[in-house]
Amino acid sequence: MKVIDIRKEGMDEVRKHENENLTITGCLGERYIGCGMRNGTIHVEGTPGNALGSYLDGGTIFVDGNAQDAAADTMNAGLLAIKGSAGDALAYGMRGGRVYVLGDTGYRTGVHMKAYKDNKSILVIGGRTGSFLGEYLAGGIIIVLGLGDEKKDITGYFCGNGMYAGTIYLRTDKVPLNLSEKLIKRNVEEDEKDRILRPIISDFAAAFSIPAKRCLEGSFIAIEADKSKSYSQLYAAV
Amino acid sequence: MKKEGEVRISSGCAISGIFCRDGKRISGEAIKKSIAVMHNRSNGLGGGFAAYGIYPQYKDYFALHIFYDSQNAREDTERFLDKRFDIINLSKIPVRQTQNISDAPLIWRYFITPLPHLLQDSQLDENEYTAKATIRINNSIEGAYVVSCGKNMGVFKAVGYPEDVADFYRIEDYEGYSWTAHGRYPTNTPGWWAGSHPFSLLDLTVVHNGEISSYDANRRAVEMYGYSCNLLTDTEVITYILDYLTRKQGLSMKECSEVIAAPFWTTISIKSEEEKNRLSYLRKMFSSFLITGPFSILVGFNGGMMALNDRLKLRSLVAAEKGETVYFSSEEAAIRVIEDNPDRIWAPRGGEAVIVGLNERGKRI
Repeated sequence: MKVIDIRKEGMDEVRKHENENLTITGCLGERYIGCGMRNGTIHVEGTPGNALGSYLDGGTIFVDGNAQDAAADTMNAGLLAIKGSAGDALAYGMRGGRVYVLGDTGYRTGVHMKAYKDNKSILVIGGRTGSFLGEYLAGGIIIVLGLGDEKKDITGYFCGNGMYAGTIYLRTDKVPLNLSEKLIKRNVEEDEKDRILRPIISDFAAAFSIPAKRCLEGSFIAIEADKSKSYSQLYAAV
Repeated sequence: MKKEGEVRISSGCAISGIFCRDGKRISGEAIKKSIAVMHNRSNGLGGGFAAYGIYPQYKDYFALHIFYDSQNAREDTERFLDKRFDIINLSKIPVRQTQNISDAPLIWRYFITPLPHLLQDSQLDENEYTAKATIRINNSIEGAYVVSCGKNMGVFKAVGYPEDVADFYRIEDYEGYSWTAHGRYPTNTPGWWAGSHPFSLLDLTVVHNGEISSYDANRRAVEMYGYSCNLLTDTEVITYILDYLTRKQGLSMKECSEVIAAPFWTTISIKSEEEKNRLSYLRKMFSSFLITGPFSILVGFNGGMMALNDRLKLRSLVAAEKGETVYFSSEEAAIRVIEDNPDRIWAPRGGEAVIVGLNERGKRI
């Protein structure tokens, strides 16, 4: 495996080897790592800069530490796994692939994520998120587990505001703070948990080598747009 | 040279701050290193630093940092000061010539104290007396700009990238317990020396990443109370609002944060009855000081620092702690570069002020 010290060898060297098997060490805010990458595996050490894995089009990025803002922006395919936390605007306008964050994420996580035919965006967060989670959600699945924060609110304010498709699953029995009345909140039955959540969450747990059982413990609620109002009320809560 | 549109400049301002709760004074080297990591967020049209605890030998005197466009402006200002203050010491602020900083004004520093009999006749306290004098200099003496005027603190700012500004002012020669820094990317106001951040009045300083959509409403409101916005940058108004709310209305910094980044009514409605009343009172009483639009700010003052985001959190802000030292920055990387193993690192929520102050030991120093 090729190892690049980004502070010494710079971003140009990273670009040259981006579609191979690569470890980048010593990151301190370097932007656009893995941006538009199609295949290959990047292992990132340190604190990568904004727009990590934006437009990612395949391959895998694994981050040991925390990511900053705008990671996985408009990502199309592949896997971005972050062992620490992520900043604001994670997975904005994501079109497909998987984003896994073991820690917390900032404001505006998964805004306007989409799904189309075989491309289905999947975003799993192990910790809690800031406000505006899944705002204007247009498709795909967002799962927030709130691991270790079971007694707290795990999403902040304005969760799912303006969403019109897709589903937000929360591992909690609490309704998010000031959830819009125009959204539907329902409890997730065992069957749906097995069919939809178990495969995704098992994959998430495997990526970080943690027990899937713990991530699936307890009850989940689902938040969706009210389909009966999809034409009269395109933007559910605005 | 490539024109705008032919070249992509990916930026947004950068802010950074370090606060030592135990009063330990550290050199400006650390804050320079931190803000330099975010070089790409600025575009070279402004950088600056605020430092607290840097003038212990003159800590009882107001320290004035002043920019002059001409010797005439300096002479006029010195005559003005001489009539109203005892000037204990005056000198040019030492600078290092660097290639990347040009068109510097004359930069002077004064340590002053109000003339006792005039202060008594004015029936003002010394802070108000000094604030009024500096507002008058900025307002009426052509080509003179008071950059800072608090005790035991100072602002160092220029047009350039922040790390170059640090070199220019020999920032490594100063030692303070509290530092803030700013790298500027002006979007709708000119990049000029006095318009760089930090903005200050007395010991209160503000560095700001964002843009105030309520600027003109805020400006009109605060100018009714004797302030005057003439530095052509929206951040200036935040400084005066905070000075007015703390010094004249007696609000705490936390209450100030609940005025300028007031929670939405929908958010207030789900609070406890007591909290609802308190927050509603602040919103209604000081409605003209609600600041809308994106911002993350660091507010420095003697003995403390506040970090605050707008209530929608439209700008980035990261906080960290290591022992008695607290760090704030636009990007985590700018903290990691000076402290790679913090005890705690987190992103404060929108409208949630993080306020730090000197501990008992720090206060004694």
